[in-house]
Amino acid sequence: MTSIAMSKPVHPSARDQLRFITCGSVDDGKSTLIGRLLHDSKMIYQDQLTAVKRDSIRHGSADIDFALLVDGLEAEREQGITIDVAYRFFTTPRRSFMVADTPGHEQYTRNMATGASNAQLAIILIDARKGVLVQTRRHSFICSLLGIRHVVLAVNKIDLVAYSKVAFDRIVASYLAFAAGLGFSSIVPIPISARHGDNVVDRSAHTKWYHGPCLMEHLESIDIQSDTASQAFRFPVQWVNRPDPDFRGYAGSVASGRISAGDEIVVAASGRTTRIKRIVTHGGDLVDAEAGDAVTITLEDEIDIGRGDLLSRPTERPSVADQFAAYLIWMDNEPLAPGRNYILRIGSQTVAGSITAIRHRIDVNTCEHLAAETLSLNEIAFCNVATTLPAAFDPYDVNRKTGSFIVIDRYTNRTVGAGMIAFPLRRATNVPWQALSVGRGERAALKGQKPCVVWFTGLSGAGKSTIANMVDQKLLAMSRHAMLLDGDNLRNGLNADLGFSKAEREENIRRVGHVAKLMLDSGLIVICSFISPYRSERDMVRSLIGKDEFIEVFVDTPIEECARRDPKGLYSKAKAGEIKNFTGIDASYEAPIRPEIHLRTMEQAPEQAAEVVVDAVMARALLCDERR
Amino acid sequence: MREVAAEFKRPVMLYSIGKDSSVLLHIAIKAFYPAKLPFPLLHVDTTWKFREMISFRDATAKRLGVELIVHVNEEGIARGINPIDSGSTLHTQVMKTDALKQALELYGFDAALGGARRDEEKSRAKERILSFRSAGHVWDPRNQRPELWSLFNTRIRQGESMRVFAMSNWTELDVWEYIMLEKIPVVPLYFAKQRPTVRRNGATIMVDDKRLPLNCDETPQMRMIRFRTLGCYPLSGAIESDATTIEDIVAEMRTATVSERQGRLIDTDEAASMEKKKREGYF
Repeated sequence: MTSIAMSKPVHPSARDQLRFITCGSVDDGKSTLIGRLLHDSKMIYQDQLTAVKRDSIRHGSADIDFALLVDGLEAEREQGITIDVAYRFFTTPRRSFMVADTPGHEQYTRNMATGASNAQLAIILIDARKGVLVQTRRHSFICSLLGIRHVVLAVNKIDLVAYSKVAFDRIVASYLAFAAGLGFSSIVPIPISARHGDNVVDRSAHTKWYHGPCLMEHLESIDIQSDTASQAFRFPVQWVNRPDPDFRGYAGSVASGRISAGDEIVVAASGRTTRIKRIVTHGGDLVDAEAGDAVTITLEDEIDIGRGDLLSRPTERPSVADQFAAYLIWMDNEPLAPGRNYILRIGSQTVAGSITAIRHRIDVNTCEHLAAETLSLNEIAFCNVATTLPAAFDPYDVNRKTGSFIVIDRYTNRTVGAGMIAFPLRRATNVPWQALSVGRGERAALKGQKPCVVWFTGLSGAGKSTIANMVDQKLLAMSRHAMLLDGDNLRNGLNADLGFSKAEREENIRRVGHVAKLMLDSGLIVICSFISPYRSERDMVRSLIGKDEFIEVFVDTPIEECARRDPKGLYSKAKAGEIKNFTGIDASYEAPIRPEIHLRTMEQAPEQAAEVVVDAVMARALLCDERR
Repeated sequence: MREVAAEFKRPVMLYSIGKDSSVLLHIAIKAFYPAKLPFPLLHVDTTWKFREMISFRDATAKRLGVELIVHVNEEGIARGINPIDSGSTLHTQVMKTDALKQALELYGFDAALGGARRDEEKSRAKERILSFRSAGHVWDPRNQRPELWSLFNTRIRQGESMRVFAMSNWTELDVWEYIMLEKIPVVPLYFAKQRPTVRRNGATIMVDDKRLPLNCDETPQMRMIRFRTLGCYPLSGAIESDATTIEDIVAEMRTATVSERQGRLIDTDEAASMEKKKREGYF
């Protein structure tokens, strides 16, 4: 199991353990429910109960306040709220349970995520009088994001709505409608009263209309077997065991899958392969080891392996990449600084890295995607992450152990973020470049031209498309093979999934850059017309294409003139607030510093401007011809 | 545990001689096999431990061939601190909490592994597996690092340290079942036997040596007792029991109606007392 927290002993009766979290809003009765579960399953000792009875009176309640059994820290007891994650344990004859009690109020997304990270099931509490709240949605979304697949919808305080079936049914219907997209594999709604014990451990006489299981019955019987042993073999090396020069073993816990002595393995980062020689334990060598086993393995060949390496079978390798896309939960008061150097802990690997782009922030209450430049405490985003060295990992939804990471601030040493990897971005080592037999020069020669990329940049309405179209027509008239890529057109197809946040604009340009490069390689003169407001993204394309083949054309028109022309009616919409992130209005435009061609449309007619560009393209072609 | 050995410069395992320590030590031996333990054991001796605990400690260290450091707060001894006249609170503060801090600083340990469990006490339930202590060993419950999955943030600065609770998610029953399964030796005091005792404040105290002053109305009586938890003998309450084997203990645990800390006199001083002690640097 875990590395520091050791796995539980395997009991002869093979009693299994269910780890679940409880989440709900303030006063939904979470702590009361846990206290009730502990009490009714006879896990509260007499002395503890006596202490709680005494405390209940001191805190001003006449009955036993079960919440006092579980609310641990003094400060929160004074405030009457839970402020952290508390872990509780109870055992029934059928199963043992570990409960993460997680707080429900607004600012504690981080604690909930912490509790959810190791849970298999979530009990989501709803106050029967209040129904599905914003917090309910947030908790459900976080559970889903952290990979929890089983949900119990505990409609609590059912006694306060007179055990009404109508009220229960209405809440369930509204929850199911909302949760449909969250990927839960089971949602079990149960009407309960934590305070009075209805349907918690014993079936209630007040809810004869309810025919499902009571809570404890469901927790004891739900099948949560994820069977990590049948997954691909993953072994993160924790510690190199070298007691003497003759023994070199690699210690760790099998994260998933199983392996036998003699099996072939590969070291993810280096790609080196060898075979398992021995699986060593204190109790003697094993023939095979599976998920959860803490073992020390020795290998047939002396290959360079250290702490942080991930071993797998050669046929089922993890991704190895220095860039990946991931969901990130920010957990620190100091906001995320994109581009800043953080320390990432991925499995037993520790690497330096940065968040290179926030693709979009996710509003946890509505699941809406929003543009974001940074992330504050408790915010969640889909990000691009880059590491200074390639890391080995799996997508989080395939493997929670090898797909999760934490972000550490290198100055404060605080854990500032937690991430779930979605997919690798550049599979540098998995997808080597396939060498082609026919090169760019040969394709270009066939067309009798020197290919290049002509990149028009400028504000919306500056005249880019008009001039680019004329250039295209003129080149055609001269029997040149050209192709025009237009921003609006690509956004209707290839880039239809992208919005206008900074990250999405960058992705838009990245894709366009690669399309342009493919066309360039096929020998075409590629005319690109994109607002491309950021200097960095244009420089990115320039370096992708190569500076000799890249002609940057700045279509320079003052914004007042663009707004006056407003050929698509966009400026008036943007000014009216109907369009967000509009370049020149509420998003910035960074003018080129030294473009190859600078067109001033207030001084030049489009026709003249197009001539200037065509001349430059032809001069370039000529220049190359002469060189040849 | 291997994480601790791999990530910290100078780790140590706190060894209290109790059942949790016995399990922790057993697992450490297994984790590093065939290598020897890459860290020493530290026992903070208050000088008021049961005599059987001390002999068990020395025998265990010898049997397993591990390095054992025993630390006593000599300043406390010089000041005459003891659990009977000084009261349990002051005694614990000086002879356990202060002594532990002294030892950690003396040897420059940056990580201390211990066997505390989340099921022991309410404020322990919220404890991290890696519990961060700022310079001066202060535990601030509001300044702890979130722990997700099994990914631990082991980074500390000079002077700061970590307490590592490797058995956080074990319960008392788990501990006994594991001891039974792996046949781990434990102090004989856990098994029931006729022992000389007196009753005080509702607790049964064993008369382990002559240092326990008896009130004029007290005469030690032989009772069939055992301990669920071991500490300083004047502060550890025994339970009446017939459990003489591990199997008996496991069976008794399954039907227990009082918590193991009930016998610990240090917890009942005031509500949330454990939390206060932890803020001051108690383990």
